[in-house]
Amino acid sequence: MLKTSLFFVAIALIALLLADLEVSTLHPWTELSRMAWGALTPDVPSLWNLKLALLNTVVFAFCGIFLAVILGIGLAFAFHFTPVRLFCAFVRAIHEIFWAFIFLPIVGLNPTCGVLAIAIPYAGIFAKVYAEIIQESDRRPLEGVPRASGGLSRFVYGILPIIYADAKHYTGYRFECALRSSAILGFIGLPTLGFHLETAFREGIYSEAWALLYAFYILIASLRYWLTPRLVPLYIAASFVLLSRTITVSWANIVRFFTYDLLPWPMRREGVLDGTREISFAWEPIVSWASEIFVHEAWEGIWNTVVLTQIVLVGTGVFALLSFPFACRHFSGKIASRISHYALIVIRTTPEYILAYILVQLWGPSMLPAVWAILLHNGAILGFLCSNNADLVQLRIDAPGRRIDRYLFEILPRVYGQFLAFLFYRWEVMMRESAILGILGIYTLGFYIDSAISDDQIDKAILLILITVLLNMGIDSVSQFVRRRLKISTKLVTSL
Amino acid sequence: MKSSPNTELFNLAAESVAYENTVVLKNITLQIDRGEKVALVGPSGAGKTTLLRRLYNSVADRSAYVDQHYALVHQLSAFHNIYTGRLDRYSTFHNLLNLIKPQKQELQEITPILGELGMEEKIFEKVGSMSGGQQQRVAVARAIYRGEDILLADEPISSVDPHQAGTVMEIIIENTETVVVSLHAVEFALKFARRIVGLSDGEIEFDLPTKEVTQTMLTELYRNGKPF
Repeated sequence: MLKTSLFFVAIALIALLLADLEVSTLHPWTELSRMAWGALTPDVPSLWNLKLALLNTVVFAFCGIFLAVILGIGLAFAFHFTPVRLFCAFVRAIHEIFWAFIFLPIVGLNPTCGVLAIAIPYAGIFAKVYAEIIQESDRRPLEGVPRASGGLSRFVYGILPIIYADAKHYTGYRFECALRSSAILGFIGLPTLGFHLETAFREGIYSEAWALLYAFYILIASLRYWLTPRLVPLYIAASFVLLSRTITVSWANIVRFFTYDLLPWPMRREGVLDGTREISFAWEPIVSWASEIFVHEAWEGIWNTVVLTQIVLVGTGVFALLSFPFACRHFSGKIASRISHYALIVIRTTPEYILAYILVQLWGPSMLPAVWAILLHNGAILGFLCSNNADLVQLRIDAPGRRIDRYLFEILPRVYGQFLAFLFYRWEVMMRESAILGILGIYTLGFYIDSAISDDQIDKAILLILITVLLNMGIDSVSQFVRRRLKISTKLVTSL
Repeated sequence: MKSSPNTELFNLAAESVAYENTVVLKNITLQIDRGEKVALVGPSGAGKTTLLRRLYNSVADRSAYVDQHYALVHQLSAFHNIYTGRLDRYSTFHNLLNLIKPQKQELQEITPILGELGMEEKIFEKVGSMSGGQQQRVAVARAIYRGEDILLADEPISSVDPHQAGTVMEIIIENTETVVVSLHAVEFALKFARRIVGLSDGEIEFDLPTKEVTQTMLTELYRNGKPF
């Protein structure tokens, strides 16, 4: 485990030398002080005018999650088929914002686009996790169910009650993620919180921006008070009713997208030039079109995405290992650990995209803001998890008194395996985030995808998204390989 | 033991069962007829569970099985676990209805079974919070409620209190036409079964009417078992 860790640290150090980390803004500290002042003086009354954006954020999340759960359950039962598993990995590998880019030309910039952008990737995630939960649950009770019972009866009596608590817990956590996704979809123009956040930050109206951010924190912190299983059906129904007025699906658009827009430019070129919109087909121009994109854009995008990912992978780990003792009862007092605990929750709650956006405003577009944004968000998630796990450890009565000894000899060895498993588990997530942050002007894959979309070159954007997907699925299998080789799993061993 | 073919339920002829190169049952020849009450005895690892499962597989859709680990859904109440025994007999809609709210008719059928087992007041309690003995009685109740003519039970009284074990055995034996039950406690086999099959190390050592089984045979059977 130590060898592997050092190997990845070495890669990250090399990547750090290769990365562009400069601060290009002229007065980063003045801007920071203005931002800090905004944080102290949130413009709460402005929220009243933005209530619709807050409502939309929640409504998109509800509709998206609902569709994702239904699709996810269905797919979970077919998960043992390799094509289904690959399909799920494929849809998961595309970030919500990229999905929104794909749906944009099909359904237009409207709520349907936002809901689908959440529903599709989350369905892939649910399918995988539900399948894992079912697989790891106690299968014996199902043997007590008569074999000839109907499929649904077997499910609701023999499987659902056993997995219910785990599945509910995970779905709840994913709803929180969906709120974050929904919020940041505003950054590309959908009518959610991100839309106003972007405007406020861009125009330097920091008091309003902070009021929105605080509202978002409160929304998420209060989840457990209003997201009760009994009320969920009501919320979902209300959300769909609210959305139904704006659902627009044009078959013509869908057909055009799949049969025309999607095709590589060389196939459409002649038809566009002579106005007939006819499609021609020849291998050579398509290959040269693709290799042109690969050499001039994709290659640099891939390189930067990988460099950024390797830096944040190790950065996240370091942040988590340094931060978790502050929130752990074995190292900090009651009050100090509580405060650190909440600090980690607040950092974790802030979507990495928003963090990166703020940092880009401060430092200008380079890898520096992206590194910190991804590292803080993921590091806080991991630090929180590690501190919870460390809290479960029962120290022996004669455990070392000095904190550093306790950390190195008692706690760290016990939580390290699981820490590493989670870190590698999130490797793929970090890569997806690295790619997406290109939209903010960092030269990762997202930058080129965003540019292609702005130039209305859907074919190019799709090709680049496919490259991103392959990169992601590649990282995912490397991560699985590493975890299997190290024999680490995300399940904790507390007694020992 | 001769019988006409139409009453014959199980007929194993020189059968062997192996898992991953380990032979669990060796050359078993066993015939069981309708209406028999058979006990399987023998030391741990003798192959009792494997034999019961082998028998169950040939009559799965018309028999009930009591698992030695109970195979209950801990998150559901005793009522729901017992109702599970008849899921294949009702429509999915009816099953869902009972999951949401136990129906009157099912309550009327299940309550007396639990009553006989001394657990009437536990009907709505979650199985996960019950003791091992109580869970085992729920597992027995589920098999009884299933109401098939054949009951296969694997150590169904292993966790039940000694003073209740007799009652549970009586319910198992009396409610079903054909019973095959594996038992660790030999005295219950002698008391309730009419035929005893002694297994040791995957082989049948003896297969006799209960009256003909002697204490020496039993002592011998358990001594030949795997050393501890």
